[in-house]
Parts: sequence; structure tokens; C-alpha cells
Amino acid sequence: MSFSRRDTLALGAGAVALTALPLRVSAAASADEVINAFTGGADVADGGVELTAPEIAENGNTVPVAVAAEGAAAIIIVATGNPNPNVATFNFGELSGASSASTRIRLAGTQEVAAIAKMADGSFKKASRTVKVTIGGCGG
Amino acid sequence: MAEGVKPRVKAPKSAAAGETVTLKTLISHKMESGQRKKKDGSPIPRSIINRFTCEYNGKSVIDVAMEPSISTNPYFEFKAVVPEAGDFKFTWYDDDGSVYETTKSVKVG
Repeated sequence: MSFSRRDTLALGAGAVALTALPLRVSAAASADEVINAFTGGADVADGGVELTAPEIAENGNTVPVAVAAEGAAAIIIVATGNPNPNVATFNFGELSGASSASTRIRLAGTQEVAAIAKMADGSFKKASRTVKVTIGGCGG
Repeated sequence: MAEGVKPRVKAPKSAAAGETVTLKTLISHKMESGQRKKKDGSPIPRSIINRFTCEYNGKSVIDVAMEPSISTNPYFEFKAVVPEAGDFKFTWYDDDGSVYETTKSVKVG
């Protein structure tokens, strides 16, 4: 079986379309799906996680947030109103001084930001906070 | 975006054995989210740093999986335990395959 130039091009285009497709789907995953992917559907208890975020963020392009959870092995930050709700996952290693970290994130608009911590014993804890955003940070 | 990327790290030069130290890192990167569009409506392709790790003498301190919602010039602040003298190694992984590295030595005593 031999491929003409035209066949080869068509095949290539098809392959590109196929690989692009799942990316689109995952980008549209809802915040719940992101959380479920992290917890594996396990119960999430409220409290036990400290999430520091401003009440009002003037510029959604850079919103300082800090998370801390004593005894957490990993913490995920979820921006429920962003086009891609997954923000960051912190995995704490053996030389981590405290299960805390701070960073700066983008928020598309006023929304709830959640932090879910995976504790060392396998349980999950959650905290959330509403941040009002004056100017969204995801471009037009 | 392999050009113009400059990692900056603030770490103590010395610490007591077993002390918990705070590390601050910043790397200049535009972190193109893939959501923005050009004037003609075509999307600007995503180009971000998708992973950041910090190790001390080969042992993991933190490993961050980053998504497009992280701001331009990603900044991280976190804590690490310094059990003995050695080097912090900070590594950033770009979408385009580039890897940016920097190290900081810490003395004990």
C-alpha cells in the first residue's frame, strides 16, 4: 500500500484534528470534574485548610493567594469560574517545611476560589472563598 | 518562549541545622493562557510553564503542577527544612520543552 502526497496530507490533518479534540474537551471540564479528578470522588470535609485571598481583587490578572493545611500531602487550587478551573497542584515533598505555599493567579471574574487538601491519611479537606474581581484576567 | 526567561530565587545563605526556611521564587515568563485572541479573532496558542520543582540535595521540597490560570511571571513562596548544608535546585518546565534551572547553596552553622 502506497500513499500519494495528497493521502499523506489528509492523514496528517486528521491526526492533528484528533489530538486537538480531547484537549478541547478537557479545557471545558467543570470545577466539579477537576475536584473529582483530584479526590477520586472521596468525601471532602469543610475546614482544616487555610485559604488566604483578597475579598476584592482590582486586577484579575494577578491575584495573590496563599494556601496552608497542616499535614497535607498535596493541595489543589480551583477557580470555579475560570474557563479552565484547574489552577495549580502543590505536592509537598519530604523536606517541605510546612504544607503551605503562596502564588499569584488569574481570575476571569467574580467567583469562588477553592482549595482542597489531600491529607497524609488520605482524607480530603476543603476551604473556599469568594473573590470579587473588578477587571477580569483572561483576555477577550 | 525560550528567550528572556530569567529565574530569580530568594533563599537564605545560611541556616541552622533542621531550621525551616522560606523560599521565594519568581521567573519571568508571559504565561500565554491560550484564552486570549488576536485582533483578527484567531486564538493566541498556549505557552506556559507547566511544572515547577524544588529539591534540596536531591530530596523533593515541592512539586507544583501549573495550569494557564497562573499569572504572568509565576511567583511561588513556600517553606523548606534544611537538615544539612547543601544546594537547593529549582527547575521550571516550559510547554515548549525548555527547562530553566537555578541553584542556591545554603551553609549550616
